[in-house]
Amino acid sequence: MNIVVCIKQVPDSAQIRVHPVTNTIMRQGVPTIINPYDLFALEEALCLRDRFGGTVTVITMGPPMADTSLRKALAYGADRAVLLTDRFFAGSDTLATSFALSQGISRLAAEAPVDIVFTGKQTIDGDTAQVGPGIAKRLNLHQLTYVEHIDSLDLEAREITVRRRAEGGVQVLKTGLPCLITMLEGTNSIRFASMDDMFRAARTRLDKWSAKDAGVEDMQKCGLRGSPTVVKKVFAPSPRTEKAKIIDIAGLEPAQIADAAIETLFEANPELHEDLRAFASGA
Amino acid sequence: MPETFDAIVVGAGPAGNSAALTLAREGLNVLQLERGEYPGSKNVQGAILYANALEQLIPDFRDEAPLERHIVEQRVWMLTEKSHVGTHYRSDDFNEERPNRYTIIRAQFDKWFSSQVKDAGALVICETTVTGLIRDSRGKVVGVTTDREGGEIFADVVVLADGVNALVSQKAGLRGELKPDQVALAVKETHYLPRDVIDQRFNIKGDEGVVIEAAGTITAGMLGTAFLYTNGESISVGVGCIVSDFAGSDISPYDLLERFKEHPSVRPLLADAELKEYAAHLIPEGGYKAVPQVAGDGWLVAGDAGQFVNSLHREGSNMAMTTGHLAALTIAELKREGRPMTAANLSTYRKRLEDSYVLKDLKKYRDLPTVLHKNKQFVTAYPELLSQAADTWFRVDGVDKRTKERSILRNFRRGRGLIGLVGDAYKMARAFR
Amino acid sequence: MSQPPNRPQPARSKGLPEHLKDYRGVWVVVEAERGHAHTVSWELLGEGRKLADELEVDLGAVVMGPPEPWLDEVCAEAGAHGADLVYRIADPVLHDYRTQPFTQGLTALVETYKPEILLLGATTLGRDLAGSVATTLATGLTADCTELAIDMETRSMASTRPTFGGSLLCTIHTLNFRPQMATVRPRVMAMPKRVDGTDPKIIDHPLNLAEDDIITKVLDYVLDRDDDKPRLAYADIVVAGGMGLGSPENFQLVIELARVLGAEYGGSRPLVQKGWIPADRQIGQTGKTIRPKLYIAAGISGAVQHRVGTEGADMILAINTDPNAPIFEFAHYGIVGDALKILPALTEAFRTRLTALKGAA
Repeated sequence: MNIVVCIKQVPDSAQIRVHPVTNTIMRQGVPTIINPYDLFALEEALCLRDRFGGTVTVITMGPPMADTSLRKALAYGADRAVLLTDRFFAGSDTLATSFALSQGISRLAAEAPVDIVFTGKQTIDGDTAQVGPGIAKRLNLHQLTYVEHIDSLDLEAREITVRRRAEGGVQVLKTGLPCLITMLEGTNSIRFASMDDMFRAARTRLDKWSAKDAGVEDMQKCGLRGSPTVVKKVFAPSPRTEKAKIIDIAGLEPAQIADAAIETLFEANPELHEDLRAFASGA
Repeated sequence: MPETFDAIVVGAGPAGNSAALTLAREGLNVLQLERGEYPGSKNVQGAILYANALEQLIPDFRDEAPLERHIVEQRVWMLTEKSHVGTHYRSDDFNEERPNRYTIIRAQFDKWFSSQVKDAGALVICETTVTGLIRDSRGKVVGVTTDREGGEIFADVVVLADGVNALVSQKAGLRGELKPDQVALAVKETHYLPRDVIDQRFNIKGDEGVVIEAAGTITAGMLGTAFLYTNGESISVGVGCIVSDFAGSDISPYDLLERFKEHPSVRPLLADAELKEYAAHLIPEGGYKAVPQVAGDGWLVAGDAGQFVNSLHREGSNMAMTTGHLAALTIAELKREGRPMTAANLSTYRKRLEDSYVLKDLKKYRDLPTVLHKNKQFVTAYPELLSQAADTWFRVDGVDKRTKERSILRNFRRGRGLIGLVGDAYKMARAFR
Repeated sequence: MSQPPNRPQPARSKGLPEHLKDYRGVWVVVEAERGHAHTVSWELLGEGRKLADELEVDLGAVVMGPPEPWLDEVCAEAGAHGADLVYRIADPVLHDYRTQPFTQGLTALVETYKPEILLLGATTLGRDLAGSVATTLATGLTADCTELAIDMETRSMASTRPTFGGSLLCTIHTLNFRPQMATVRPRVMAMPKRVDGTDPKIIDHPLNLAEDDIITKVLDYVLDRDDDKPRLAYADIVVAGGMGLGSPENFQLVIELARVLGAEYGGSRPLVQKGWIPADRQIGQTGKTIRPKLYIAAGISGAVQHRVGTEGADMILAINTDPNAPIFEFAHYGIVGDALKILPALTEAFRTRLTALKGAA
């Protein structure tokens, strides 16, 4: 069975800073990581491979530096890694990204048919959750989003049954292969690679594919030109005209601070006091 | 079948990278293991790079390495609560073609350095902690164990460049535990400021940078210094004090750093800056007397793990690079000559260190840590006395100059006593001899 | 946005291609599943009404589901929340949500009736459907918008959303493609007033898809148990903690205060990433948007991503040791102090008051 896992190298968002004056992102020194949501997809893929045999290929679109994340994925146990890197890909929105990735996956599928494509739920820098469905649509894969569990996989009948998180419940879905699964977080935890895996990852050559290598014929579909959305403005949120009124706690003990805070809140919004009264009397 | 290498380098800081780079260039089959997520990930941000040691390894590093600013001005301040007395040395000569000192962001710099190591052919594996050393029946180190499954790896020799804590050598009984009076705890912060604001505040342009080092009241009677470096778009600021001093006081390192940042001479330099990150780390400051055994049967130690730090001159990373380089040259020579990596054969490493500036400088200042540690007046009384002197001298208030001179002398005498003054001068002179 | 550019890009040719010029109208996809419509759809109709009025076009609601009485009720509700028109596809294969039939139905509606704007809720259903439809139509889709406006000069929708993990906001346009698609999270837009007695025009459209043509089958639907689901989005009082609490053990202080107040509790994104709290307790742009009467934020610095999820609160009390923490920029009241000391004190003080109130009652 051949599985492809799409990953993305993202800045560790907790550490991103905005330039206080120019409002631009200061990327300098911001560490990059594999999008944490993608690790759930990768682990699920590795588990399936361990059970059913076959290969796991990780693929990403990004700058040459994105090889760090691919190498890490190899260390976790992926068999092969493909980096789609080309200046034509720069500035891609989700539509252009799903185009590039599906081109890369198509080339892999031409070498050996792909049974399942995995992605994370969404990325932590874009948060769109759009690339997975985009790939599914382009490659005509059965789309299974927000999957929290794979109940069964029958390679002979080419059928898969999964639990999909919906609003207010869980759908149990059965569909055919090939399919695309976006994996929900918290469904597993990524393995700790063995020393052998570390050596293998450090020594594996990555496949670096340009747009042409990936079989792209129409460059108009790539990058900025292939992106229908246009970012017109990037800005920091305007500060509220009124900042928080700081409650003066100089010299007060915690208990006094608490009293001062509660008095302030009740004074500002008497309704709160009423609500609390209702709550106390057993509502 | 366990993997076997000519050499294993533990750690991917400046010492480990220099060692691995040199070994790989000498044609050895090298494995470098780093416990951090990537080289530099365990490091706090701002640092000073002294060009010379790196130049020996990578002559044209200036073309590629991520450097922040080259230093054109050095300020040394003695602080009291409200004032500083100090010297500034600034020279356009520092704007030379190949500047001597740079501020760097270690996380980026180490990453770049590591890429050079990989290009040279070493196998670099991160996120892997060395848990112990493997010895053969005669006690010679023949490899390492790691925290990963199947983690035994063998090699002819192991270079221990695992940093100040030197956990591997400690665990293996190659050296004792760090003594609290031989190690400084430094806390650092990085504050973002736009480039032009930094240029303006420090009166610099382009890639010019300023370094401020300060001692005095701010370290609250403890032995230590505060510092402030200008990076491209940020300022690194920190305080370091000897660990044993913290133990005897209820002041935390962060309190000291806050105090330094709030100092009237420092606060305006950091105004409106945004705190980007903070971290604490240890600096070995025991000097010459604290340097452990540097080589044994199948192992050598380099960098902070060997306490190679000149605390007075704030030199550490250059010594790390040089010691890593020299350790590698020692190994490469034995390898070339087909001789085994025994304690006797590796002992030429110590000789190489003694012939280099590393042990020469550490030897020169061998008494300094003790003198300063036992004579806190250098960081307590003197800054105050100097400040009073400067205040008396510069204030124009109708008092004649002769009276002012007398008043200054009287203050010094009252502060330290005549014998104390002479004694201090003698101690300092000896320590610097 | 896979790789959002750092700088705004120069506007490309402003002219809309000829064949896209007859796209008119604002549509909201009403999320109706298993007999219920999601309230985010009504919130979107409220927002869509404003956009439609500015563009002087009709507001349409798309309702897809099985031909059952509840679907008619959903259509009527759509009218009551502002829709002028309802585009309805009623077909048995739409009994459960599945990507393929819903994508096909919505795509057919768009290609037939040509709306210029198409809005969906950023729910598991909305995102699944939006990603698939936008790719089919090869048009622009902007996720998780916090603000929608019209640029009349280009007659294009300006969709504002947090970017770079929530440190900045960016405004995105889909200039040369139609429809312009966007998703919005629940509770981000205000609920419009419900008006009875409206009579929206209903336009029925066929699906033309047989059950046999659909590979994916729904074997079961397991409803969530009500009692183990946090109701953060709809709680009157919410207490939350952030990394400032220092350890997962200290998060207990948040839970205790919430319990005393009968409130819901949650946390900022890093807590979820560190595994201190489950994902459904995350408050902020990528978690839950809340609109409580009182929100107490302890040890939360207040990144933009958190701000956009909490700004709808009537009153925000922030506790943080750092006087420069961004949360004080948008909180109403602030205490510069140690949450670890103040939280237990607040718990105690509220407990005392409640006991007194109870005694009085």
